[in-house]
Amino acid sequence: MKSSNNKKQLLTGNEAAAEAAILAGCRYYYGYPITPQNELVNHMAIRMPQVGGTFLQAESEIAAIYMAYGSAAAGARVMTSSSSPGISLMQEGISYLAGSELPCVIVNMQRGGPGLGDISPSQADYFQAVKGGGHGDYRTIVLAPASVQEIADLVYDAFDLADRYRNPVMLLGDAQLGQMMEPVELKKIPRTQQTPRWAVTGAEGRARNIIKSFYPVKGELEAFNIRLQRKYKVVEQKEVRYEEVNTERAEIILVAYGTCARICKEALRRISGTGLQIGLLRPISLWPFPKEPLRRLAKKAKAFCVVEMSSGQMLEDVKLAVLNRCPVHFYGRMGGGVPSSKEVIKKVLNILAPEESTLELEMSEISQELGKGLYFSTIP
Amino acid sequence: MQALYRAPETLLRVPTHYCPGCGHGIVQRLLAEIIDEWGIRGKTIGLAPVGCAVLAYNYLDIDMSEAAHGRPPAVATGIKRVYPDNIVFSYQGDGDLAAIGMAEIIHAASRAENITVIFANNAIYGMTNGQLAPTTLLNQRTTTTPEGRNPLTHGYPLRVCELLATLDGASFIARTSLSSPKNVLQTKEAIKKGFKTQIEKKGFSLIEVLSPCPVYWRMSPVDSLKFIEEKMTQTYPLGVFKDWGKKEL
Amino acid sequence: MIERMILIGYGGQGMMLFGRLLARVAMLDGKQVTFFPSYGTEVRGGAACYHLIVSTEEIFSPVVEEADTIIVMNQPSYLKLKNYLMPSSHLFLNSSLVKEAESFGEVKNIYRIPATEIANELGNVVASNMVMMGAYNTVKNLVPLPLFLDCLKSSLSGRKAPLFEINKLALLRGKEYVKKVYLKGEKTLEVSVV
Ligand SMILES: Cc1ncc(C[n+]2csc(CCOP(=O)(O)OP(=O)(O)O)c2C)c(N)n1
Ligand code: SF4
Ligand SMILES: [Mg+2]
Repeated sequence: MKSSNNKKQLLTGNEAAAEAAILAGCRYYYGYPITPQNELVNHMAIRMPQVGGTFLQAESEIAAIYMAYGSAAAGARVMTSSSSPGISLMQEGISYLAGSELPCVIVNMQRGGPGLGDISPSQADYFQAVKGGGHGDYRTIVLAPASVQEIADLVYDAFDLADRYRNPVMLLGDAQLGQMMEPVELKKIPRTQQTPRWAVTGAEGRARNIIKSFYPVKGELEAFNIRLQRKYKVVEQKEVRYEEVNTERAEIILVAYGTCARICKEALRRISGTGLQIGLLRPISLWPFPKEPLRRLAKKAKAFCVVEMSSGQMLEDVKLAVLNRCPVHFYGRMGGGVPSSKEVIKKVLNILAPEESTLELEMSEISQELGKGLYFSTIP
Repeated sequence: MQALYRAPETLLRVPTHYCPGCGHGIVQRLLAEIIDEWGIRGKTIGLAPVGCAVLAYNYLDIDMSEAAHGRPPAVATGIKRVYPDNIVFSYQGDGDLAAIGMAEIIHAASRAENITVIFANNAIYGMTNGQLAPTTLLNQRTTTTPEGRNPLTHGYPLRVCELLATLDGASFIARTSLSSPKNVLQTKEAIKKGFKTQIEKKGFSLIEVLSPCPVYWRMSPVDSLKFIEEKMTQTYPLGVFKDWGKKEL
Repeated sequence: MIERMILIGYGGQGMMLFGRLLARVAMLDGKQVTFFPSYGTEVRGGAACYHLIVSTEEIFSPVVEEADTIIVMNQPSYLKLKNYLMPSSHLFLNSSLVKEAESFGEVKNIYRIPATEIANELGNVVASNMVMMGAYNTVKNLVPLPLFLDCLKSSLSGRKAPLFEINKLALLRGKEYVKKVYLKGEKTLEVSVV
């Protein structure tokens, strides 16, 4: 036990994202300061020159995403990062990346919104990330880590996915995940990247390459879109990631990602031994969304309860997945509010026995914090 | 029979989409000639803007990438950082460069980014049917200034070369025109100097080319050239504003 | 075993460094750890609040909801700590700066350590965090002190190297103080100090 921690480093989520990118062979990073991802920018400024890479502080998030677009067009592994307001500025560029089929990894450590909001953790950019905040029929692969170790693992994988599908991949974290420190082991194999055939490198001794998303000839754009959608189908078939905890016997299944999933696990631990059967499905890929597992669980479970730091965004995807097979409840906090495990337990008790106030658990244990959250149920 | 003039190989033989008398085609031919003469096809990477010149890659047989409206300098930066020894140029219109993309161009110049920008100034938004550009002349009629550009409501023409020449990172800054064969030749020389600037890693270079848009100037191609000579150069004097770091004017 | 800690103080009182150091030492000691700076609305006005959890088992939520230990460095922070308090909590107060306007009757384990005064006596007010560490670890024995001192030393490399001795001294003074005032006759579990 003691020895296994020797290879570990204590890193913030932001630093872990930077280190994992370097491990994955990323040598180009463009960014713009914004809390709560400043440690990522600062860390890259130190580390990129050390590994012979390029760090550039762009004049805006708009410039950052297009610098990333340029390095991606040149065939290099490239990353940019920001937090909510900055990611809003990048949306046009993400649409262009998808439209030009360029690989790029984008980290969003979400903070409270709308507008300037605050710098607390939030999950209110789910729609923007998963449904495509930019224009056009495109998809971004969205991965949602729940720990600093998982940030490192998923950032590394994100580069492979981006290359494999020639598509932008977003790592959707939050202020808490970005700033908290946990032991991390950078255990994957360091990569050096080959320049892909399609990149613009100078057409020495070969036919020229063109990177574009403009299809002015009638019919060409539709044909291109059909091809894109076929690609997305493959992603949906092959790249779904999720974790299940105690779903076998669960009457109620919590659905939560990232920080909220950890809070739900804490709630599961608190009620273990009470006889209550509660499980958790944690989507790790938010797009593609784990629809099938939810459908499967909907056959056995009494109800789902989605827990989010938003007004109920992933909730819509869960409802779409289970349709009318099972009631879907919701507990959410907004604007920087983080649910506590006790709040989650109270919600679960309320679902199980809306009229009763005591079950096996002492209600007095539950703090006065309760009731702050958005707290509603939908029975189809 | 010996051909007196042969179209450059880098210029693809396809029908053009530019209107008769448009300047974009001329500048792109100059680019193709230089690439041929210097044998740099394998080293050159171009950026097409959003504007009438978006399809520049249909005509130039080199590696090219599109960039979103206004963003070619950022994309060029991303490419140049990967291939510092290649020749990377962006081709941009006045709406692209001087309106929506003003931040990107200023910062690319200020960073002394080793790229060359070809800036086709036609004082109008061509692609979107002739609206006011930052470079539109005073009194010039556009679809959004139907009574002519009035400084009280629309402000003043923006002089890009003069502005950029104040930046330490800008190395070679010149304004040329397409109004006569002599000026076309000078444009070619200026572009060569721009490429040379980046080959020798002397920093940022920009060549502003006063370029006709007969359609939205509502003039014949011949009158358009006269308009450049007589009117446009009044507001936008030709010349070299910075020559490898030295301020000229 | 799980230890859920809240560290609150002004920015500049070294709580960030204290927390990071303790987290690193616990990690090297083979424990699971999470260390989370909370900028939530509960602490405002230059104050900083850190959540540190050390456990032999997997840690789920990094957010401390009720704390086993709360270390409070100043008065405004003191007023906020009841959000995390349980009757069994161990409360370490920097009594140089905490006036205790409010009392928490049900909390038995309160340690009042004049950390700022002790650090001032040693000639470096910034070392007040290490005074608190010395007192805390003597009571709770969370990490082996030699390992802590090793990590402290390596974190104070280069220009900061001369600060090690004063920090070590501060730590020992905190330890002595808590022993003398609170642990008279009590046998602590602690291993000997290097
Ligand atoms: C974000 C965005 N806004 C607006 C447009 C529409 N648009 C396309 S080209 C253009 C202006 C082009 O003018 P200029 O850059 O001067 O090029 P020209 O066509 O005159 O050569 C505009 C506004 C766009 N494509 N993208
Ligand atoms: S509209 Fe103007 S700029 Fe555009 S192609 Fe026609 S002449 Fe050229
Ligand atoms: Mg124009």
